[in-house]
Amino acid sequence: MGLKKNAAAVTKEPKAAAPKPGKERTNSLLYSQKLAPYLFVAPFVLVFAIFYIYPVISSIIMSFQEVIPGQTHFIGLTNYKRLFNGDLGQAVLNSVIYTLLSCAVVVPVPMLLAVFLNSKKMVGKNIFRSVFFLPALVSIVVAGLTFRLIFGEMPTALLNNVLSNFGIKPIKWLGGPAQWTTFFALLVLCCWRWTGVNIMYYLAGLQNISVELYESAEIDGANAWQQFRSITVPLLKPTFTYVLTISIYGGLAMFLESYMLFNGNRSPGGAGLTIVGYLYRLGWEQANFGFGCAVGICLLVATLTINLVQLKISGFFKKE
Amino acid sequence: MMKRLIALLLAGVMAFALCACKTSEPAPTDPPATDAPTDAPATDAPTDAPTEPSAEPTEIEFWTFQDLHVEFYEKMAEKWNEENPNEPIKLVPTVYPFDDMHNKLLIALQSGVGAPDLVDIEIGKYANFLKGDVQLMPLNDIVEPELDNIVKARVDIYSKDNNYYGICFHVGAAVIYYNTELCKLAGVDYENINTWDEYYEAGKKLKAADPDKYWTSVETSDIWHLWPMVAELGGDMVSSDGKPSIDSPAMAQALEFNRKLVDEGIAVVAPGNYFHAEEFYGLMNSGAIGSIVMPMWYMDRFTDYMPDLAGKIAIEPLPVWEAGQSRSVGQGGTGTSITAQCDNPELTKKFLAFAKLSAEGNIEIWNTMGFDPIRTEVWSMPEVTQSTNKFTDYYVDSPFDVLTQIKDEILPHNVNEALPATLDAMKNSVLNRVYTESNPDIPAILAEEQAKIQY
Repeated sequence: MGLKKNAAAVTKEPKAAAPKPGKERTNSLLYSQKLAPYLFVAPFVLVFAIFYIYPVISSIIMSFQEVIPGQTHFIGLTNYKRLFNGDLGQAVLNSVIYTLLSCAVVVPVPMLLAVFLNSKKMVGKNIFRSVFFLPALVSIVVAGLTFRLIFGEMPTALLNNVLSNFGIKPIKWLGGPAQWTTFFALLVLCCWRWTGVNIMYYLAGLQNISVELYESAEIDGANAWQQFRSITVPLLKPTFTYVLTISIYGGLAMFLESYMLFNGNRSPGGAGLTIVGYLYRLGWEQANFGFGCAVGICLLVATLTINLVQLKISGFFKKE
Repeated sequence: MMKRLIALLLAGVMAFALCACKTSEPAPTDPPATDAPTDAPATDAPTDAPTEPSAEPTEIEFWTFQDLHVEFYEKMAEKWNEENPNEPIKLVPTVYPFDDMHNKLLIALQSGVGAPDLVDIEIGKYANFLKGDVQLMPLNDIVEPELDNIVKARVDIYSKDNNYYGICFHVGAAVIYYNTELCKLAGVDYENINTWDEYYEAGKKLKAADPDKYWTSVETSDIWHLWPMVAELGGDMVSSDGKPSIDSPAMAQALEFNRKLVDEGIAVVAPGNYFHAEEFYGLMNSGAIGSIVMPMWYMDRFTDYMPDLAGKIAIEPLPVWEAGQSRSVGQGGTGTSITAQCDNPELTKKFLAFAKLSAEGNIEIWNTMGFDPIRTEVWSMPEVTQSTNKFTDYYVDSPFDVLTQIKDEILPHNVNEALPATLDAMKNSVLNRVYTESNPDIPAILAEEQAKIQY
């Protein structure tokens, strides 16, 4: 309401000041408060339209086509039908397990760490904050390469070497006979990389919580746990929702970590195959763009559904 | 009124954005000139001949994924400019990472803009570029006159419907690399191993001499060790009519043989899953493995990653299942092709023929890259046999002696649109199942996996 009034006042002003009609027009255009918002959002809208909306629409169309140079044609639902007898099932299973495991660790743990790092009693806060955030700055390619060597299967590889001190025999971590070893390696890489980023989100959320709330709680005799449970957790909910949303998306869209750990988009028995890895294999490695697009559209629908359900449950759409 | 203004403004911004896209488009072609460290000689060449006003160098844009290939082509461009002052060229090379380059090329050819003139395409990816209306230029007029002088299989693999689209760097002949020290330990004369049965017996001898050593190794996520064994039996990954053909008796026989070696501890499953993994290099370098089946281009992996084996590795022709079978198959490779978007196809073709088909070019291929060149006459030329380089220093015998022996036995294999998907199935699933599952029913696995391949 206040803004509207203000706008009216401003648009009136140049009218009174400008004598020439032409100049008045440019001025009113330049200072127009109705136009300004459109101008400011234009770069985003354009980028979004050209680089997101257009590709999505184009992928939807391509998912019904066989895309080959000079002979692209529509083939109906064939690409979608073929999805069911390929390796998609395994890719989906791997991605879902990875998402569940990673969300179970990367969402709650950083919250606790952030609370510690936000505490006044914590010593060396800034050092810890930097150290936790550092992995996010390392290229995933470099990190993947390093982790691949750490998780090497030879007795001389770092992790096996350390374990041998405890009398544990060398383990074939990546794509070994036991499925959990592969997920363990992926999860360690995931935690190493994303804990710091999520801590940052939580810290930002924590700093928005007013200190008075804690002070008054303290006066009322609440202990640290009660304060955490009744003040910190409820007020961190928006941040929590955000972190959970991006973690689900990140988990389902994971590809590069697996690609780097396995030295390419292949793994024994498909142990590291993810949905995006499958899409990459079909679209790029086998030049089957139509089929790849169909996988992509499925991923989009699945991610969108899961996130919408999760946001609905967390009350994100309720009016404040 | 306001709405119209807004619409106008938005249209303006959009037009501006589009212009920005357009002007930035040639950018990728510009930087390579500054990127390429060895670009200088190419630009020097035309300035040497300022008296030729007509000889403005023609730019040839070249994409590859291998630094060594750039080094080779730049040397050849220099030679070309010396020999053809009337038609000078300026090579503008760009090196991209492997996947990146093939992906960019796929998009450029699919969309019809942005492709280079000349490009290196790896064999595993080549079939992707033969789909639909081929966006590469047929090279029949330069390849056909030379067919008798080169290993024909090395251009056949880049052909479709009787058109040749690429020329390979090397024969990629499959051979066997023996660790002579372990052969000695086992009391085996590696020069007299002629059949796979004898090979197996030699493995048992090594196992008896030292149970901690392995006679050979198999890959669970690559096919190089297996392909020649199958090819000797007349099998292949894909059939000539473009279908996966892994469900064959030849494939089953080779896999069953390898599995037997693994079960008896004669063969070890390659740590890191294939012969290009750091773990495998480490194990091989430590002298724990007696022999491996690999193509000739693997020579530089030994020299670069397994320095401790210098002076201990011998190159020999492969054993066969039965006397009379061909002892090798041409494997892997990179075909240089000219894209349909090339500005000067005739000149580019002439240069490509000079670089890849001439004796001069083939000698340079050996000297720069250590590959077995496709032009057979150079194998016995003194420029090749008497040259010394890191390869001649490393190996106990000459690779060209082996090449000359197997010259007429190097089999081709089929390359078509089913190959990428079939290889994916082999690398991701089949080999892992065959070599690591307990008591696998190999023919059943092959049938099951073949049915799943979609291409």
